[in-house]
Amino acid sequence: MSGLIDQAVAERVLARALANGGLFAEVFAERRQGQTLAIDERRIESVQAGAEEGAGVRVVDGNTTYFAHVDGLDPAELERAAEEAAGALRAARTEPRPLQAREATPLPIERRPENVPAERKAELLRELDERARGKGGEIAQVNASYAEARREIAVANSDGLFTGDDRTRVRIGVQTVAKRDGTVETGAETLGAHRGFELLEDDPGQIAEQAAAKALTLLDAVPAPSGSMPVVVGGGFGGVLFHEMTGHGLEADHIQKGASVYVGKLGESVAEPLLNAYDDGRLPGEWGSDAIDDEGQPTQKTQVIEDGRLTSYLYDRLTGERDGAASTGNGRRESFRHLPIPRMTNTYIAPGDATPEAIIAGVSRGFYAVSFGGGQVDPATGDFVFGVSEGYLIENGKVTSPCRGATLIGNCLEALAAIDAVGNDFFMKTGICGKGGQKVPVGTGQGHVRVRAMTVGGTER
Amino acid sequence: MTELSAVARRAVEAATGAGAGDAEAYVSREGGREVRVHGGEVESLAAATQSGVGIRAWDGHRVGYAYGTDLSDAGVAAIAAKAAEAAAVADEDEFAAPPQPAEIEAVPGLGDPSIAEWETARVADLALTVERTALGSDPRLVAVETAVYADSDEQVAIASSTGVAGSYEASSAYAYLSALAEGEGGARETGLGFGLARGPRGLDPEAIGAEGARRALAMIGAGKPASRSCPVVLDETVAASFAGLIGGGLSAKAVQRGRSPFAGRLEEEVASGTFVLHDDGRDPLGPASAPFDAEGVPRRRTALIEGGRLRSYLFDTYTANREGVSSTGSASRQGYRSLPSVSTSNLMVAPGELSLDGLLARAGDGVYVTDVAGLHSGVNPVTGVFSVGASGRIIRDGALAEPVREFTIAGELAAMLGAVSAAGAEPRWVPFGGSVSTPPLLIAEMAISGS
Repeated sequence: MSGLIDQAVAERVLARALANGGLFAEVFAERRQGQTLAIDERRIESVQAGAEEGAGVRVVDGNTTYFAHVDGLDPAELERAAEEAAGALRAARTEPRPLQAREATPLPIERRPENVPAERKAELLRELDERARGKGGEIAQVNASYAEARREIAVANSDGLFTGDDRTRVRIGVQTVAKRDGTVETGAETLGAHRGFELLEDDPGQIAEQAAAKALTLLDAVPAPSGSMPVVVGGGFGGVLFHEMTGHGLEADHIQKGASVYVGKLGESVAEPLLNAYDDGRLPGEWGSDAIDDEGQPTQKTQVIEDGRLTSYLYDRLTGERDGAASTGNGRRESFRHLPIPRMTNTYIAPGDATPEAIIAGVSRGFYAVSFGGGQVDPATGDFVFGVSEGYLIENGKVTSPCRGATLIGNCLEALAAIDAVGNDFFMKTGICGKGGQKVPVGTGQGHVRVRAMTVGGTER
Repeated sequence: MTELSAVARRAVEAATGAGAGDAEAYVSREGGREVRVHGGEVESLAAATQSGVGIRAWDGHRVGYAYGTDLSDAGVAAIAAKAAEAAAVADEDEFAAPPQPAEIEAVPGLGDPSIAEWETARVADLALTVERTALGSDPRLVAVETAVYADSDEQVAIASSTGVAGSYEASSAYAYLSALAEGEGGARETGLGFGLARGPRGLDPEAIGAEGARRALAMIGAGKPASRSCPVVLDETVAASFAGLIGGGLSAKAVQRGRSPFAGRLEEEVASGTFVLHDDGRDPLGPASAPFDAEGVPRRRTALIEGGRLRSYLFDTYTANREGVSSTGSASRQGYRSLPSVSTSNLMVAPGELSLDGLLARAGDGVYVTDVAGLHSGVNPVTGVFSVGASGRIIRDGALAEPVREFTIAGELAAMLGAVSAAGAEPRWVPFGGSVSTPPLLIAEMAISGS
């Protein structure tokens, strides 16, 4: 199991964790290391490397979870964590099952980023800088970053599970500032994957040009309109719409606490029959993919909407048990310092039949949101909001002026039901999702999608 | 504490031994616990300690950084070597230089013995009281999604080859809940209640529970407001979020790199005379207070906006070197994992004279905004243009009327500051936008986009 933790040690820790009772115990060990660097004002800076090791132990008894974590993987420290987690329990000892090692196959990494010289990464950043600036003299500022992270994990639990994973992710990002007279605009683009340095072998400089183009386009922008209108959402990161609008509301912890507008909607029609959507933690190389989740459950492809009907919630182990359902492999945690909770992996709307052109042509006056800075939802009320980073007016079926300062706002159930076209131009993008103070990498995807009516909140007077 | 200082000194020696011309080590150790309750039961109980070291190495004017959790001699030596190695990859920057030592004065009152004295069962009771108070407040308050108590006690030590040396200990505790109210037809509304203190004895669980309930209940039956421009009153939580955005734009790093709407505006008029803003890293009640910043420079109080004019930016050592001024003690880190960077400590918006009722009366007809969403994506920090989701209450004839949601407020930060026409008399500490103390604020005019 990645050599992180010895089977005999894991068994001792689990036995210690259940020494004062409890129905379930787990030890999660992790080694994380990474490197990041940046370029700003044409200078390589913020070069940093980090390495952390530690473990979290939890004991579950009834509805209560006891959790403790320690730095380091020293067996004595792990036992101390187990003792601390079990400290508040006062029942009779329960016995863990003997561990049975189960090998998971980590996602393949062709070129380990830690074996690539840092100077090569610095060169890549210089190329990104050059490519962005090469888009024209109006590009006033460029900064770009490179990050690699490797997480080796091992999970052992009192049901006898003993498994592990070895995950490597690489991501680059470019931010640009364009200036013309008194007008200032920004553009950003990212590229990331659960892959090694091979991700960056195929012209990563494209994203620098795309980031620059976004900022330059916005120099000609008009203030975004305000009011309710048809909205066409672009492919890729446009999937953040579904992530916020539906994905979070399907996470079983929200459902079980009555804090989701999707409570009681399983099996019901929540969208037009043209809509099919999935959470899939097994997409090869995708940013949100892993071999297993952070509870050792193999990741899987879960259809959450089938022909417009809601077909599944997203479960981790505990919420699954409560509903008499199996985990859907969505128990994720930011690190050994966090408890696993139900989280999305890669969430997407499956491709439809319409071409993007036809989807846009069907709008006489509306808004075209190509990409987003991000979004936020309150799953309990269903209120959501998305900041548009690249948007345009649609007039008479044609994309016209770029717009600045637009936000889309609405309510999940209404907006989901209002999706009336799904494009055939599917692709995935990367995101970082925050929930309960934990950040995890997630993929979002879709082709172009049209929403009959949504509120655009702009600055137009 | 002396143990952490010793680790820091050892790390500095290891880095200079590994070839760094200068080095600095930041060591922290944090112990904390968190209790989450739901339905009258403890849902999770977490206890944790974590410690680590971050080492900054200078090779001439090149800087490198490395961090790790292994504080053994060998572990620290490995981290130090990585920091020195990282410096070789960076480009020369003539202003990159280690901070020089300065007299450090302690800040009293950063610790609270009640953290150690209150056993876990007692703080679990505190969280349960938060939940129970909310649930008992009104039959329409149907559930509490989660109620949380958490505390931590952190020790920090810093040392450098230039002679910087210091340490301190600070504690914090907070509790919050997300309450769910249900109106006719089953639509649910959420309400946040929270409290901050140095230890559990400083928290009032009944007040926290009641606030969450009050906020959720107030939203029952909310509709969309009509799109228009009108006076807006921002409650403390919303005012704090905006203050945080402004504080971000006053970072000298953002300014020097042309990524701030406040760049080039020093001593210019940037706000109405009503909006007075300080950064105070030493306020005894400030959650972010400390004797020194993340690179060992003494924390201080800095006037940022006064008399409507921009008085100062916030500087760390690097940005100060670049400008030929002194650091304002504004280097911050996200723990040992991150390089120091310029950021606010405690932002303090000066209170005015009006009660909330007075602000509403002055607004006449408008909107009282009690929550905003989408700040991380709806605000452009470079240009200051924003459009964010909001909810709150209509203000009619100078008093609160029906609740409203699903609308946006939009504008531009500098224009908003110019339109601040009154500040409330009672400031509150809010953990949004960093660490902010602010009263509610009346903005003379803002664009609302609803139905």
